Amino acid sequence: MTLAFSKHTLANGLDVLLHEDRACPIVAVNIWYHVGSKNEQPGRTGFAHLFEHLMFEGSQHHDHGYFQPLQGAGGTLNGSTNADRTNYWEVVPSNALELALWMESDRMGYLLPALTEAKFTNQRDVVLNERRQNYENRPYGLAPMAMLAALFPPDHPYHWTTIGEIADVRDAKLDDVRAFFERYYHPANASIAVAGDIDSGEALELVDRYFGEIKTGARVDNVRADAALARDIRVHIEDRVELPRLYIAWLTPAMFADGDAELDLANDLLANGKTSRLYKRLVFDERVATDVFASQNSREIAGYTQVVATAAPGHTLREIETVVLDEVARLAADGPTDDEMERGRAQAESQFIFRLQTVGGFGGKSDQLNAYNVFVGDPSYFERDLARYRGVTPESMRRTVQRYLDPAARVTMSIVPRGRLDLGAGGSAAVEVS
Amino acid sequence: MARALAIDRSKLPDPGPSRSFALPAIEKSRLANGLRVWTVRHTQIPVVSFILLIDCGASADPAGQDGLAALTADMLDEGSGDRSAIQMHQALALIGAQFDTDIGSDATAVSVTSLSRVAPRALGIVADIVARPALREFDFARVRQLRLHRLKQLKDSPAAVADRVFLKLLYGADPYGHSPIGSESTLSALSIDDVRAFHQREIGPASATLIAVGDCEHAANVRLAEDVFTGWTAPERSPTIPSAPAADTLVRLAVVPRPGAPQSELRIGHVAVERSSPDYHALSLANAILGGQFVSRVNLNLREDKGFTYGARTAFEFRRRRGPFVLQASVQSAATARAIEESLAEVAGIRGPRPVTQEELSFGIAALTRGYARNFETADQIGRAVMQLALYDLPDDYYAQYVSRIEAVTRDDVSRVMAAHVDPARLTTVIVGDPSIFTDELPRLGLGAAQIMAPDAF
Repeated sequence: MTLAFSKHTLANGLDVLLHEDRACPIVAVNIWYHVGSKNEQPGRTGFAHLFEHLMFEGSQHHDHGYFQPLQGAGGTLNGSTNADRTNYWEVVPSNALELALWMESDRMGYLLPALTEAKFTNQRDVVLNERRQNYENRPYGLAPMAMLAALFPPDHPYHWTTIGEIADVRDAKLDDVRAFFERYYHPANASIAVAGDIDSGEALELVDRYFGEIKTGARVDNVRADAALARDIRVHIEDRVELPRLYIAWLTPAMFADGDAELDLANDLLANGKTSRLYKRLVFDERVATDVFASQNSREIAGYTQVVATAAPGHTLREIETVVLDEVARLAADGPTDDEMERGRAQAESQFIFRLQTVGGFGGKSDQLNAYNVFVGDPSYFERDLARYRGVTPESMRRTVQRYLDPAARVTMSIVPRGRLDLGAGGSAAVEVS
Repeated sequence: MARALAIDRSKLPDPGPSRSFALPAIEKSRLANGLRVWTVRHTQIPVVSFILLIDCGASADPAGQDGLAALTADMLDEGSGDRSAIQMHQALALIGAQFDTDIGSDATAVSVTSLSRVAPRALGIVADIVARPALREFDFARVRQLRLHRLKQLKDSPAAVADRVFLKLLYGADPYGHSPIGSESTLSALSIDDVRAFHQREIGPASATLIAVGDCEHAANVRLAEDVFTGWTAPERSPTIPSAPAADTLVRLAVVPRPGAPQSELRIGHVAVERSSPDYHALSLANAILGGQFVSRVNLNLREDKGFTYGARTAFEFRRRRGPFVLQASVQSAATARAIEESLAEVAGIRGPRPVTQEELSFGIAALTRGYARNFETADQIGRAVMQLALYDLPDDYYAQYVSRIEAVTRDDVSRVMAAHVDPARLTTVIVGDPSIFTDELPRLGLGAAQIMAPDAF
């Protein structure tokens, strides 16, 4: 299976990726801007995401909301911001492709004339409510803030979350929007994918007609930063939770770098699903935990692996920490079994094919083409990406785990019920997050 | 490339005629043991999705045994024959299959998606899981314990607490009055024998439908199902449709205190209407306009105008019997009373004082019908759509009729069905939040004294 496409670059620098799949009469339009919270500065966090909200509030030539015409044409749409990029997408019936391009190009080219203080204030309130709903008022919701702050130094662009600090969001000014837009929202810092029921030639002509007139901006340099952990940093938060939860994290290679695929597969066999080693020991056999999972969070500048487990009532995070470190050490010493390798490879092969089922939305074919184009500069990376997983050997996994999941260089974080620090992993300092 | 004409930004381009698309055709058979086998061919990708729909959901929990159906569903993949839970999942992982169990009020769906070349093996494992589970005491103790832990954790989740309190206030002791997980007291009282008896009684082929969507042939699916489900039998049971007495006392306002909470989690609604109602299409359209999409009255008011919330929405939860109508939002604490006022005004308004406009009606119809094709793109989407037909006894041409049924809805229909199925005087409002912030403002809502409830008061 492959993900066929054609790539063109307009004179203003906009990358255009086209993929034909005429099975269903729908088209996905997906735009990535290569900007995320990593482009923010300390004291000004949360801005990239707040800006994303403003992109849905209308532009010069259609200043009455972004959703209305597209939903009225039968489309669905959304956008998202993470540390590395901001994406926007529509999935529309194929007869509304031109409408989607009109709308996307108008906000890429002509957002600022429609922006008002009232819209800005309203969306700042909405974002503060998004933060309350998804972080502050949710059990364990402050964990990402505390973990990123402990893993990355204060001037590192991954030190803060994409939602940002409350004070920074409150302080954001309409004037900041203009500079941000001019710096990051232009064709040379964007990539558009159009996938689905299209004729590639016609679609390219349409994209060029709508986006070709937008003037380009200065190239945005990649953000660079270093991070290293020299010891076991132990922190805790007392929170409104019933059961204590342990987080252990390590700095790991960046997305697509050597070792990234190894750690992805290693996390699965360590902690994901009923077949995993930690599930078997912590939940199935010893019953000291009520859940466990792990992930390799691959990002553009750096990655981190995080193992998370919630203690069963009557058990402490210290017991869980011992088992996690023991299993990591065993994997670093002996590597995976043949059975584990076979399962990991079978699951990777299936997942890659499952990903080809839909043209649009988060993770659909149009989103994948943009991800490969923006991060690797090569939309055809799909097959090489799969090859990374096929190329993992028991020895390469063992070596990678040994090198990166070092017990002497990690962050160990306990979130415990208020007043029950005795249930934590111990030896930790309190951290303030809000 | 040479650019042709300058583009016209003075008006939006008009979508031309839409391309027609063929709705999936369903091939149907019934096996000797009563199992229905339905196939939809969908061959873009070498993938097959199987959904085994069992007509038994959380509302089948016997009185006093809340949580039994969900616990039984959870026990299915805990081993079969000599194989342990872990070995079952190793077998699934070895073929790269994705397995899932979902339980709702009216039914349970066990699904597996895999590459087509291993689909027969995937279905074989699912048959072992559903028809021949080991149901061992040893696994039961662990699985029940995990569910009790989960219940404990849910007490900290404002959304989960709001949902549970809301259902209890609306339905009382009715089978729809509890969430599938049950409660601490009912779960603690269950035994493995209860699970075995429930499985024997409720999980049988006569009340199940196997839906296969993907790169597969119906005749082969029938042979495969006959083979892997061999020996699976159960007496045909008459579907138990318990009577539906709504809670006898109407509580108009309830507060679950969550001191220090930065937001109030709101649920506003009442028991409304069943899936088989002839008003289904008009209600779907009315809901889209009121709160069923981003561009709806409720969301535009509470989010885009007031900035009280990240999002607000409404839904009719259509079920076999009368399901709830609910407006839900999580709003900043200081705006609690105002958000409730606005919400109540929106619900009351659409019934008459502020009937839908022709523009809103046309927009709602367009939004529900023009993009209809995108609900049928993937095998999983098609499977879920076909599942609705089986679950609610809908005719095969249901989806083919959908667009014209929605297009036929008038403004009068919307007013009529909202007046018939939504009654502002019967709405129950649940707030999970910090009372010190909003208590003083509640009296002006005119909902009477608030009933104060604990987060685990069910």
